[in-house]
Amino acid sequence: MLAVLTSSILDSAILAAAEEGETTVNPLLPADYDIIWSAVIFVIVLVFFWRYALPRIQTMLDERSAAIEGQIEAATVAKAEADAALEGYRAQLADARGEAAKIREQARLDGTKILAELKEQATAEAARITAAAQATIEAERQAALVSLRSEVGSLAITLASGVIGESLGDDKKSTALVDRFLADLEADEKAKAGK
Amino acid sequence: MGTPFEINRIMLVRFIAVAALLLLFWLGTRRMRTIPGRGQSLVELAIGFVRDSIVYNNLGEKDGKRFLPLITTIFFLVIALNITGIIPFLNIAGSSVIGLPLVLAVIAYVAFVYAGIKKSPLGFVKNSLVPSGVPIGVLLVVTPMEFISTFIVRPVTLALRLLMNMVGGHMLLVLCFSATHFFLFSAGGWFGLFSIGTFAFGFAFTLFEIMVAALQAYVFALLTTIYIQLALVEEH
Repeated sequence: MLAVLTSSILDSAILAAAEEGETTVNPLLPADYDIIWSAVIFVIVLVFFWRYALPRIQTMLDERSAAIEGQIEAATVAKAEADAALEGYRAQLADARGEAAKIREQARLDGTKILAELKEQATAEAARITAAAQATIEAERQAALVSLRSEVGSLAITLASGVIGESLGDDKKSTALVDRFLADLEADEKAKAGK
Repeated sequence: MGTPFEINRIMLVRFIAVAALLLLFWLGTRRMRTIPGRGQSLVELAIGFVRDSIVYNNLGEKDGKRFLPLITTIFFLVIALNITGIIPFLNIAGSSVIGLPLVLAVIAYVAFVYAGIKKSPLGFVKNSLVPSGVPIGVLLVVTPMEFISTFIVRPVTLALRLLMNMVGGHMLLVLCFSATHFFLFSAGGWFGLFSIGTFAFGFAFTLFEIMVAALQAYVFALLTTIYIQLALVEEH
């Protein structure tokens, strides 16, 4: 607007000057079309930059700085979060390590206990088996002893019958004799062993 | 023809340059992204250069914001119209007739006078015309000089500097390339060898003109900014 006004003022001055000069054109004065088109061009370019290009660039720059600020802020927040998370993970890791150590220790203790129990059980079992075996052996020995005794008795009676030439008919009597003899023999044995 | 809206070749060149400028920046700012693409980065770089190293550096951000559209316009308009001087088929700077430099100089003039008067009319006049600490007797000489330097020389030099640079550059290029053409096709014989030299000069001046185009745009925008800054400055 200003430029148009200025140029029109200039124009009228030039026209006035031209009228004074009448027919001869003053070579020092520029052609009016020159001035007019210059002014028109100036106004167009001014309006373009003023109303279009510069505001757009300004808006974009504002947006950009806002975006940069936002991003910086977001980055700060993200970093804080990451730090917190890292701290959490570290704590969890330490916890987990402690837990693992505890479990390992527990397992070791349990293992030792189980081993001891098993050993104890095995020992007891072995003792039981040994005892049972001994009892069986003892019983069998007793049975063998009894049967041997009676067999030896009858054998001795038969032998003695042969020797004395008569039957020792009274079985009851002879059996008692043999028994006594054998008991004497055992006692004798025991006395010998006891010496 | 002969009307105030007459269009000649230079006017046409201006329209083309401005259309290209608008197209470039329209494409560059059409889809602004927070994460810029290649095109957007270039546009941002260009606008950022004007904003930061010309405007904000001198005016600070608060005052800079008010004058940013004006200075940006001046910078890109001047550079677009200057660069046409070396673009094939256009081959003439849009700023190489007085109209455009004059209009821009008047706008810069209006801008810094407006800036000063809006801030403080008395302070502006005093700062501009009566430097503090100068004895009254000397002021008789200094004040007219300051008046001429601030209110007459500034706009005139702004306009003429740009115009003369562009006209001069164009003349040099015309000279070099027409000489090349002459030596190569018209002079005949061993004169043809001269064309190598003149073409080399033309080539060098073409590159030089690219720099001048950018430099003059920078100078124009920077000086406008500094004039505004001087008008806004507190008592000194």
